[in-house]
Amino acid sequence: MISLGYNAVLVAVGAGLLGIAAGVTGTFLFLRKRALVGDAIAHATLPGVGLAFLLMVLLGGDGRNLAGLLLGAGFSAAFGLYCVHLISTRTRLAEDTAIGAVLSVFFGFGVLLLTVIQNVPSGRQAGLDGLLLGATAGMLFADALLIAVGGAVALFASLALSRAMVLVAFDEGYARVAGLKVDWVDLATMGLVLLVTVVGLKVVGLILIVALLIIPAVAARFWTDRAGQVAVLAGAIGGASGVIGAIWSATVPDLPTGPIIVLVAFGIFAVSMLLAPRRGVLAAWLRHRQFQRQVHLRQGLLALGSGQPIYEQLTLRLLQRAGLVRADGVATPAGEQAVADAARDEARWALVRREKGLEAVAARAGIDPLDSLLTPDQVADLDRKIANGEVAAP
Amino acid sequence: MSGADFVALSLTPLLIGVLAAVACAVPGNFLLLRKQALIGDAISHVVLPGIVVAFLVTGQVSAWPMMIGAAGAALIAVLLIELVRRLGRIEPGAAMGVIFTAMFAAGVLLLERSDTSQVHLDVEHALMGNLESLIWLDATGWTSLTDPVALAGLPPELPRLAVVTLLILGLTWLFWRPLKISTFDEGFARGLGLPNTAIGLGLVILSAVAAVAAFDAVGSIIVIAMFICPPAAGRLLTNRLEQQLALSVVLAVVAAVLGYVLAGYGPLWLGFDNTVSAAGMMATVSGLILLAAALFGRHRRPG
Repeated sequence: MISLGYNAVLVAVGAGLLGIAAGVTGTFLFLRKRALVGDAIAHATLPGVGLAFLLMVLLGGDGRNLAGLLLGAGFSAAFGLYCVHLISTRTRLAEDTAIGAVLSVFFGFGVLLLTVIQNVPSGRQAGLDGLLLGATAGMLFADALLIAVGGAVALFASLALSRAMVLVAFDEGYARVAGLKVDWVDLATMGLVLLVTVVGLKVVGLILIVALLIIPAVAARFWTDRAGQVAVLAGAIGGASGVIGAIWSATVPDLPTGPIIVLVAFGIFAVSMLLAPRRGVLAAWLRHRQFQRQVHLRQGLLALGSGQPIYEQLTLRLLQRAGLVRADGVATPAGEQAVADAARDEARWALVRREKGLEAVAARAGIDPLDSLLTPDQVADLDRKIANGEVAAP
Repeated sequence: MSGADFVALSLTPLLIGVLAAVACAVPGNFLLLRKQALIGDAISHVVLPGIVVAFLVTGQVSAWPMMIGAAGAALIAVLLIELVRRLGRIEPGAAMGVIFTAMFAAGVLLLERSDTSQVHLDVEHALMGNLESLIWLDATGWTSLTDPVALAGLPPELPRLAVVTLLILGLTWLFWRPLKISTFDEGFARGLGLPNTAIGLGLVILSAVAAVAAFDAVGSIIVIAMFICPPAAGRLLTNRLEQQLALSVVLAVVAAVLGYVLAGYGPLWLGFDNTVSAAGMMATVSGLILLAAALFGRHRRPG
């Protein structure tokens, strides 16, 4: 077992709790299609950090007090969020423009303040740069405790609000009718994002904290279509990324915590995108191949049935592998049977498309054999009509 | 400050700031109208892994490999974002968020893990630029502007940015009609047979070139701010694209000049003896300009 310091354990616990809270909160941001608002909030923390430092120094205290810095970060992030809201509702500018403007201007002003701080006596060792990318090495015990407690608070708040947030994300109109104040839920979601961002400043850093809000939610979305399950799964992915990243960076020298946590989350995302059943890339490719094979087989059988030669190599290969034709392209006994089945199915389909009352089935027209869609009675009925010559053979 | 001091210490950073602002503001107009304003944000983040990889491959901090590396990273990012969006059926904002944060994290990690202690390459530099250090030591006064020997000592960022800015202005002028039509009415553009996808991709590549060239000199804050704030302010002041573009260029120049002057001399006027970050001040001034436009612009209302 790797032996971690007491602080490192606290940080890992805090990062895990923070990751869960970020995953759950980020899910609702993602489902409300506002993923990048988190980026504006995160960048808007910087001026608050700078101002809080200057204020604490002016008041004669230690400017590096983490709680004070995070409080300042919270205030300026809230102001930035308010600006995004004002710009996107009161002017003609779109929300993405508002996000970009707030993000760059607040961050620019924060950098300006950082250069001011460097000129203040005691400002040089302020270590505020650590908040850009997260720095947990050599952290004070009180700070580690603050992060653990902050992560726990964020987690409980997001769990307490998750029911309301699921409802709003899934069906805004229904939530409104059900008596939920949608605006308040949105505001609470933003408050949670703010909390996650501020707690995450020291661990992940303000440039990358948005990744912890977005990536777990997007990764979880590949595995399920249910909003509640996405939130749970995103929480799990975020928590795992936080813990693994924090421990990893504590055990290997020169490994910054924030980027490691983000890359662990991205690894989980990449695996999800490739391998998830149904929505994953691999599953989609296999489905495509399967469909292609079915089409080729059916076309080949129909061609054999009407006595046409088959030139398409893939079709021939597939028929041969299924044991339906010999190498010279002549149907085997099993092939003869398959040709007859295919012709009969095709005739049934042709009838279904014209039949009244079967529109729902006709809409699914494809290459599935009809007996899998209709009852035996219905199929027998179709066969009777075909035998009576109500439809011309294809 | 005498003419000699001004030309040697302030003229080149000022010009570089202005050129960077203009190079970013021009494509920013189209990105804004096409609802891709945050592409600039994404590109300026992914530039970091690009230059780090270029440094690791060539082993030195030289301009061209880094520009190529950065442009390559920007292109890879755009392709990956599109891939995630299409394959995963994810909304564009989230797809962008996944890719640019992951690539930036990879860049930071590469930087921290590789030995870059003897060279000037770090995350803060990438974010904030080093505008103040781009001075023209060979200049002795205004006459140096006509002195070939002194001109040879210009910081190489200046001619490079000048070329890129001219390229962007030239291409925008050349492709004005297709750009305008495909930005405002995609359907009509398709009807005319204009290649919308190619135009969109070309615009993104051009933005990447602007971002990379500007980033090298001034850092990513100015790049993001100038992509968005001047065009957004222009959008609040007029309904015509031609006027919006012209206004955005003027406002970008004003933000750059005013920002540089305030950063360099503002603290002195207030009685302090240190300057503050010029990049940060330029971004702040561009934000104040946008604020003024949002409060008083003729066309600020939604709809």
